[in-house]
Amino acid sequence: MSIIYFLIGCSVLLALVFLCAFFWAQRNGQHEDMYTPSIRILLDDEPEQPVQKSDEGHISSRP
Amino acid sequence: MKQAEIDQQITCYHCGNDCAGERIEQDEKVFCCNGCREVYSILSQNGLCSYYAYNEHPGVSQEKAVKRFDYLKEPSIIRELIDYTDERFTIVAFYIPNIHCSSCIWLLEHLNKINPAIYQTRVDFLRKQINIRYDTQLITLHEVVSLLDKIGYEPLISLQDVVKKQALDKKDNLVKKIAVAGFCFGNVMLLSFPEYLGISVYEQSFRQFFGWLNLAFCLPVLLYSSTSYFKSAWTNLKNKVLSIDFPLALGIAVLFSRTTIEVLMRTGPGFADTLCGLVFFLSVGKFVQRKTYYHLSFERDYRSFFPVAVQVIHGDTEKPVPLSDIKIGQRILIRNNEIIPADAILLKGDARVDFSFVTGESVPVNKILGELVYAGGRQTGEAIELEVVKPVSQSYLTQLWNNEAFTRTQENKTQTFSEKVSKYFTVALLIIAFGSFFIWFPFDLPRAISAFTAVLIIACPCALALSTPFTMSAALSIFDKNLFYLKNTAVVEQLAHIDTIVLDKTGTITIGGDTAISAHIIATDTEKQMIYSVCANSTHPLSRLICQYLNNYIKLNTNSYYEAPGRGITAEIDGHFIKVGSAKFIDSMQVEATSARKTEVHISIDEKYIGYFTIQQRYRDGVNIVQSLSPAYRLYLLSGDHGHERESLSSVFSIEDMFFERTPQEKLDFIRQLQQSGHKVMMIGDGLNDAGALKQSDLGIAITDNVNNFSPGSDAILDGKVLKKLPVFLKFSKDALHVVYISFCISLTYNVIGLSYAVSGKLSPLIAAILMPLSTFTIISFTSLATHLAAKRRKLI
Repeated sequence: MSIIYFLIGCSVLLALVFLCAFFWAQRNGQHEDMYTPSIRILLDDEPEQPVQKSDEGHISSRP
Repeated sequence: MKQAEIDQQITCYHCGNDCAGERIEQDEKVFCCNGCREVYSILSQNGLCSYYAYNEHPGVSQEKAVKRFDYLKEPSIIRELIDYTDERFTIVAFYIPNIHCSSCIWLLEHLNKINPAIYQTRVDFLRKQINIRYDTQLITLHEVVSLLDKIGYEPLISLQDVVKKQALDKKDNLVKKIAVAGFCFGNVMLLSFPEYLGISVYEQSFRQFFGWLNLAFCLPVLLYSSTSYFKSAWTNLKNKVLSIDFPLALGIAVLFSRTTIEVLMRTGPGFADTLCGLVFFLSVGKFVQRKTYYHLSFERDYRSFFPVAVQVIHGDTEKPVPLSDIKIGQRILIRNNEIIPADAILLKGDARVDFSFVTGESVPVNKILGELVYAGGRQTGEAIELEVVKPVSQSYLTQLWNNEAFTRTQENKTQTFSEKVSKYFTVALLIIAFGSFFIWFPFDLPRAISAFTAVLIIACPCALALSTPFTMSAALSIFDKNLFYLKNTAVVEQLAHIDTIVLDKTGTITIGGDTAISAHIIATDTEKQMIYSVCANSTHPLSRLICQYLNNYIKLNTNSYYEAPGRGITAEIDGHFIKVGSAKFIDSMQVEATSARKTEVHISIDEKYIGYFTIQQRYRDGVNIVQSLSPAYRLYLLSGDHGHERESLSSVFSIEDMFFERTPQEKLDFIRQLQQSGHKVMMIGDGLNDAGALKQSDLGIAITDNVNNFSPGSDAILDGKVLKKLPVFLKFSKDALHVVYISFCISLTYNVIGLSYAVSGKLSPLIAAILMPLSTFTIISFTSLATHLAAKRRKLI
């Protein structure tokens, strides 16, 4: 049963890694704005395109 | 096809407003004004038309006066605003009230497409804040702000910078403390289970190992997560106050020392899981209590209403100067819609100053040359020149902030229920603990110590400490859904204790800027046309209202037009002599004796009295419902305006409880008098003139039509639409307080059950480990359920 010592050591270590990850996220300011990313992810990236003078095509999708 | 287009109401492609009047078109799209069209053309030139794809009409109407950002060229002002700068790039954060949809985020984060010198922009939606990183060499702050303004996102730059203030939010690492406590709590639980389930004789070595590990997990909880309780208990003791933190700190200390001793002496498993759980739940409670509204500011004073800089005239040149550097004797230039920042004497121009926000007076005031103009008024009309006679901070209005109500800390606020109770609770707890110690002491010393510590552990008021934050934060979010924003959870309790309500008039029970005009004239169509033609020449707000009222006439040519400022107009049309103005100005015997009650404009043609127009402020929806608060609450009206609406308001307030023509200082003093006679006063106001009264009152509520607009410092912000719900809000706050009382009783019951084990000195760690989380969960679920039920009963959700 002495394997328990090893297993508990592993589990505590793993938990510590997650705690550190949380601290890192907190320090990085990832929890400062909890709302905007939820909108940002819905906005599409524009495909790179040559500059056009007219803007047809952008609008035609709208009724 | 065309028919359908005409039937459909034509709305602006950019902002969605109705396109009345002339049609402004570009690329087959209709715009309500040139401002909106300009924004569209900038976006389309830069290939940013996806802005319009994410939302219908994402823009905000651009029909506003031209803004001037010249002051952003002054290095001293730039230095104040930017966060960081070096040779290569500069970082700046702005508050932009117009941010309201996903299109806004998309556009603002693509600024780089319009001007590549802007490297990166990041929007914080809830705070309505934008962080911009731009090239210091290629673009100036002035150009960045102008660009934002050009695309319809004008940043709000004020002396009391909203952005900076929020960045300075106190940081006590509460989230990190919760994380540590939660981490330790989880691990300790895991390691404690074998003990509770029973460890066989062969595995006794594990018991030691688990004990040591548990002790190790308790250390960060004690030394990091729970430090704030020890600190606050100590400062409270020094101030001779028994707060709830004292029994909590005592409980934590006892839990830790007993765990240490039991593990070291190998007498038992200790209370590691109770300790970690206690600190974890308490911290979560603290976190819940600290709900804040990022988009609202409750601490604004005149500085966020005033501009950052003002144009100062030096000989022939004019130059923007920061407000703090304005000196007595300087000549300043105030343009249309700008605010006069200091008490000054009018030197040049036609001053028509709108003081509605400062004095509560609803009609703009005409000033004559050489007259003193108080700070805070907004010039409407042409540009004027003034000479400053008092520095900004010493002006008639701003010196209100030098009053002691603003400098002293809030001592007059009512003690919260848990503060009141915890005093008695702590005393009772200590009596029971020492009592059980001395009862066992003659017979059995170890048992006496064990009973003493067990009492302190079991009676640790965890559930009690959680009942208020959880109830109040649930109540807060219900108020929030009903457009009533409270500064913090303690305000809910203050709301329940109010017995006197004082209301301001202009902007509070009347809708700011919205007036009803009614005509009492006997006139032919030609005469009406003449009245229209005369008024159309004037820019006075009352003349404009009359023109709006008589809108479908063609303007006739007027001769010998003369306007007597503040009194009236005379003019001649086709040989007819027309007089429009106050009763005195008309000076006719026929003027009906109705004056001095309402704002009236009288008219005579060829010395024959025609009649008059009355202009009345429109009241908010809820005014009649507010009346139902009496007699449960004493209602007062406190206005800076003249008393000509006294009668129309007498249905809501009794005559002797209405007070008119009060200065900001008098309002503050009035509230103080009420408080001195033992009343708990709630003040509802909107303007800077109410700021002192709002601060002095037990509960100051700022009422506003747009929560992003300026509102003076207050304890709560109420959306003007929901004034009618005020009686329900007051009732609901009392319900919330009842929930706290009941949950207090529940937690006391748990304490009594636990104590019956504890005094006997035979508290097993298992019972403590079950009782503590159980009581916590009961309290949390009871408070949130009961609060929601109460809200449902009051029809708030």
